[in-house]
Amino acid sequence: MPGVTQVQTTLNGEVINFLCEPRQSLLEVLRDVLGMTGTKEGCNDGNCGACTIILDGRIVDSCLVLGVEAEGRDITTIEGMASPEGLHPLQQSFLENAALQCGICTPGFLLASKSLLDQEPEADEGRIRHWLAGNLCRCTGYDKIVRAVLQVSKAK
Amino acid sequence: MEPFDFISPSSIEEAVKTLASSGDQARILAGGTDMLVQMRAGRRTAPLVVDIKGIPELNVMSYDASKGLTLGAAVPCYRIYQDATVATAYPGLIDSAFLIGGIQIQGRASIGGNICNAAPSGDAIPAVIALGGVCNVTGPNGTREILCEDFCTAPGRNALENGEILVSISIPAPQPNAGANYLRFIPRNEMDIAVAGVGSAVQLDASGQNFVSARIALASVAPTPVFAKEAGDSLAGKAVSEEAVQQASELAMAAAKPISDMRGTIRQRTHLIGVLTRRTLNNAIERARGG
Repeated sequence: MPGVTQVQTTLNGEVINFLCEPRQSLLEVLRDVLGMTGTKEGCNDGNCGACTIILDGRIVDSCLVLGVEAEGRDITTIEGMASPEGLHPLQQSFLENAALQCGICTPGFLLASKSLLDQEPEADEGRIRHWLAGNLCRCTGYDKIVRAVLQVSKAK
Repeated sequence: MEPFDFISPSSIEEAVKTLASSGDQARILAGGTDMLVQMRAGRRTAPLVVDIKGIPELNVMSYDASKGLTLGAAVPCYRIYQDATVATAYPGLIDSAFLIGGIQIQGRASIGGNICNAAPSGDAIPAVIALGGVCNVTGPNGTREILCEDFCTAPGRNALENGEILVSISIPAPQPNAGANYLRFIPRNEMDIAVAGVGSAVQLDASGQNFVSARIALASVAPTPVFAKEAGDSLAGKAVSEEAVQQASELAMAAAKPISDMRGTIRQRTHLIGVLTRRTLNNAIERARGG
């Protein structure tokens, strides 16, 4: 039987070590091993984006990454988005625009939106909709989410 | 997922040795966006997973205006379209790299993985076939080249023998007056599997009024991606005209052997091949003329 592997990674700015089996996805490691339950499981096959994390500066579905692949990488989850001073501007904007209802998709949308605006601070509506195509929301109908991101974008 | 062992070799030799000694017990992991889904669903099992992303040659993306593009089999889609030089030289390749999955998938999925996964609907495969791509393979008996159109042998099956890995894909240097385009039809705007797809590449003469050659490949209309050789060859030497494009699209429709399933019917898919062949040829012609 395959055993457990020790993995060292940087999670939300902190170097951590964890043990996992090769078959465990990074999503399972985050939630079940590390207790970081902000990252949500939706479809578990790369369609819904609920488990979106930022891995070495790129958004990925953590259900499609193995925990052992995290060795030496840099990971940001929703738990790393707010600062001690307060919410990230996108989190504040999602609240103000009521861009969430049940909330399961919200961490994924927030990280995907952050990743877009970090790279393209002036992303317009078309770009935002295209970028967020890998995140599904069954409650809001998307308009409020797009409006919330647009409010933080510097697009004119 | 069923338990498995995991190794991450740092050289081609090490990977080939491991794969050769494991036979069908091992599976190669690149971006994982197909493979991990298949393993979780129980459609693939492997006691050993070999992650090839730690091998330098599989992460190479090098472009030379005379030699063309060498694309490591593990290079994720985003690296391809974010590279301004590659994006300018191969817009027909970017068309597919930019529409495989969403941004999350493009952060992991590679063109090499798309080809090895050998899905009839793989969006990158017709684009690479149209561009004349060659798969560079290394195995226990050395290296060999496989034309991309010969690489996929059945749904989910490819030409790799025991112990072999796809190291990179070579795409010839873009010629003056050449252009390419890939389009697919899906009922949504993004994040879907092609009902039908067409990749076309054309080489025009210096006047831009005549075809020198053309290559057309099709997705989702047969057990493997289809190289519609006759359709492309029909254009060679002809003047660029609506009639010539129409005739090539009819030959492409004849090369399509689709099935009816939940995504589309035989009739719809055959019709789509005609429409998409004409559109991709016209877009390729426009790009060849510098448009």
